[in-house]
Amino acid sequence: MIPEIGNFSLILAFVLALVLGVLPIIGSLIGNGPLMALAKPVARGQFVFAAIAFGCLTYAFIAHDFSVLYVAENSNSQLPLQYRMAAVWGGHEGSLLLWILMLSGWMVAVTLFSKSLPQEMVARVLGVLGLISIGFIAFTLFTSNPFERLFPAAMDGNDLNPQLQDFGMIIHPPLLYMGYVGLSVAFAFAIAALIEGKLDATWARWSRPWTTAAWMFLTLGVMLGSWWAYYELGWGGWWFWDPVENASFMPWLVATALIHSLAVTEKRGAFKNWTILLAIMAFALSLLGTFLVRSGVLTSVHSFAVDPARGLFILVFLCVVVGSSLALFAWRAPKVGLGSGFEVVSRESLLLVNNVLLVAAAGTVFLGTIYPLFLDVLDLGKISVGPPYFELVFAPIMGLAVFMMGVGPFARWKQASLADMAKRLWPWFAASVLLAVLVPFLFGRWSAPAVAGVTLGLWAILSSLAYLLGRVRESAGGGVWAKLRATSIATYGMLLAHVGIGVFVLGVTLVNSYESTSELRMRIGDTTVQNGYTFRLLSVDKVEGPNYIDTKGALEVSKDGATINTLYPAKRFYPVRESTMTEAGIDRGLFRDLFVAMGDQHSIDEWIVRVQYKPMVRWIWGGCLLMALGGLLAISDRRYRLPQASR
Amino acid sequence: MNRFLVPLGIFVVLIIFLLIGLTLNPREVPSPLIGKPAPAFRLAQLQDPAMTITPEELRGKVWLLNVWASWCVTCRQEHPLLVELARQNVVAIVGLNYKDERDKGIAWLRELGDPYLVSAYDRDGNAGIDWGVYGVPETFVIDKAGIIRYKITGALTPTNIRDEIIPLIKELNDA
Amino acid sequence: MPNKLLFTILLALLVPLAHAGEAVTLHDDPKLEKRVMALSEHLRCLVCQNQTIADSNAPLAVDLRSQVREQLRQGQSEQEVLDYMVARYGDFVLFKPLMKSNTWLLWFGPLLLVLLGFAVLIIQLRQRRKLVQQAAPMSAEEHARVAALLSGKHEGDRA
Repeated sequence: MIPEIGNFSLILAFVLALVLGVLPIIGSLIGNGPLMALAKPVARGQFVFAAIAFGCLTYAFIAHDFSVLYVAENSNSQLPLQYRMAAVWGGHEGSLLLWILMLSGWMVAVTLFSKSLPQEMVARVLGVLGLISIGFIAFTLFTSNPFERLFPAAMDGNDLNPQLQDFGMIIHPPLLYMGYVGLSVAFAFAIAALIEGKLDATWARWSRPWTTAAWMFLTLGVMLGSWWAYYELGWGGWWFWDPVENASFMPWLVATALIHSLAVTEKRGAFKNWTILLAIMAFALSLLGTFLVRSGVLTSVHSFAVDPARGLFILVFLCVVVGSSLALFAWRAPKVGLGSGFEVVSRESLLLVNNVLLVAAAGTVFLGTIYPLFLDVLDLGKISVGPPYFELVFAPIMGLAVFMMGVGPFARWKQASLADMAKRLWPWFAASVLLAVLVPFLFGRWSAPAVAGVTLGLWAILSSLAYLLGRVRESAGGGVWAKLRATSIATYGMLLAHVGIGVFVLGVTLVNSYESTSELRMRIGDTTVQNGYTFRLLSVDKVEGPNYIDTKGALEVSKDGATINTLYPAKRFYPVRESTMTEAGIDRGLFRDLFVAMGDQHSIDEWIVRVQYKPMVRWIWGGCLLMALGGLLAISDRRYRLPQASR
Repeated sequence: MNRFLVPLGIFVVLIIFLLIGLTLNPREVPSPLIGKPAPAFRLAQLQDPAMTITPEELRGKVWLLNVWASWCVTCRQEHPLLVELARQNVVAIVGLNYKDERDKGIAWLRELGDPYLVSAYDRDGNAGIDWGVYGVPETFVIDKAGIIRYKITGALTPTNIRDEIIPLIKELNDA
Repeated sequence: MPNKLLFTILLALLVPLAHAGEAVTLHDDPKLEKRVMALSEHLRCLVCQNQTIADSNAPLAVDLRSQVREQLRQGQSEQEVLDYMVARYGDFVLFKPLMKSNTWLLWFGPLLLVLLGFAVLIIQLRQRRKLVQQAAPMSAEEHARVAALLSGKHEGDRA
């Protein structure tokens, strides 16, 4: 019964999406008030029904309803409650329902926070979001329906993929999808502006907080994916340049370019066409990612069960959405004005440099991800493109971008002087280099890449500090505190995000340069010393969990004689799916992680144990958190809450 | 107006590639050994450990090398087809028992039939690596001069036997 | 006398127990092992879904790692081991694509993208400057008004 209600709700949501996608936009074109006014209530209605549908599917999981095919495929009677709820998005069909829920949710947010927007704009933005909803709901209803029944009902389910039975599964997909879907709002604003044919700075001001919010969620979503893979997969890796990871990283890079480009369009009315194109690109990459992950054209550890027929549907959808947007762009763009002028050296042009580098970086990731497919289609051979390639080509581009990131804020709008900037900045850069050169001595081994990376990371942090100091010194009158308070929250947001990048770069550099691994045969009582820490195998036991059996080791970690922690790495066997997972034992620290994994039993009394020392690895995710926090600060700036009149 | 169409143009090209990509299989790995001499090995025979088998011994004949194992589920599905091929004396078939246990392999053949002239016992899988084997089952077609002419990754099916293997064997036999 | 002997024997038996053992590395040569793992990061596990043989415990991955270890131990160079793998499995097994005619675009693409981006940027900046100058030449009076406005309010560097 409940699944049928869910299915019916989804159909109702589809009907409302049809109404929303068509009528308000027509209304906006012919100036019909009532049609435009439909947008907000219909959008809210769509959300209600999408939420009911999602709720029904969740209920089916909680209640162990194995007469629903999707539940039977992704759940089990022994599966703990929290994972049953997370299993709702554990497979292809349910993840689409999550996407639809989030899309509807963002639409409701637009209805609530758009009081200062003209009615035509609201109608168009919601209309575009409605059109996108039509696509996704149709895809779900007609090819990937999670409410499909299983006759006769299964006795028990196939269990959720053991790798997904983890806290990471509860938070990573929702936050990631919030980001992907949020980019559709930025996209909708861009299309609304194109439909209107009049692009000005106010459009950018409206679009900016939504875009920053989407970027913030995407940052968190990607970060959580990395953090989760690190402790879940048991190898201590945190990024694999896998197609699915790249599919989330490309929109992030373009979204980062977009939020910077929007800043210029808002302030100076410049780059309007480019900003619109970026907004289309960001969402297009979001959709492309969906396609790559579900169609089977690329092999990935993260793929859903792949199906070329479904891939075709998504491809057609992608074609229609992006194709028509780009056609609309080609039609409207020539008529858009230029906006204010600026010099070749100015903050505007430096922000454009940022854009070029970020888009080139996204293009690089795209090239590497798509290239094997490209060659295969042209019958020019079958190759693989993996981490060695990406690391080699990506680092220089991003390195340059991070360097420019430190320089950019010091350029004045409209016209800047390179000489002045150089004079202000060179001491800070020199400090970064000097401090960086000292780092290898801390770790006991020289490494030129480490010095380069640390220089950039420190530069990102120090240049932000320099900026703040400069503001305090420059502004006329008042004490230090008054000046700091007078600095806008958005500026703090920017500085925090840039500092976050620096922290991230430091983490990546140091972990890559100075991590160490050893694989050992240990008997009970054996010890090993690594990087000053002593590890001692206390015991290995078999422990039963709710739906698994652990071979669990206990390792005592100590330093200079004092015990720090006891770690419990395990090899976990899930009988339903007959798969074995590695549960790592991690001693987490601000400046280093100690990562221990259990291997197989080597002989009657020996166990294989893998011990890793990972310096500064938490800074990778800490940096991302700072970035997201910076984004949050930027959104909360007063200017977005004040009505237009008082500006 | 022209330059604003560029993004759309690039996008269209991309879509075409992706469309064609949907029809392809990204996991299919073509063998670099096609057209090259069959890698040599000297392995003990499965049924008779005292005897050995090398590809050299098959010179002058067109033959198939079929990689199988008792632990391989798909091999069970293709095996009747091999038995039938052997019964009809279509082509000589040599087995490569890959990373298996001798008794289990012998028992498996006893249960399902033995289409092989002889099975080579590749316990550690090293001969398999030399042949570029990465999964089981796989089947190679080798010509009279000892050159690998074709490889089927995955199970033999009535379709690929009829459309790919038989015509090739005929062609190689006539040569 | 016998007590002393007994005591000594007991002590001799207990000494190894008192020594909590030092764990032994799984493979004899840690330096070699580093090379094996570094090289394994470049090789694809063909039965896995996009993983290196370093990251996978699939039987084929373990076998190939052993092959790599054996060959490096016997004195082959990294390149020779990679060539060995390519001869058997094709270019597909390498995660770092070879520089061949069909991968020029891949390897030079990123640089081309950056250069193209900067080229377009510079051209656009120049065109823009020309267009803005052409668009509205200001009169002397307008210039004066602008100067007056600007001197009173500094166009700040806010984000």
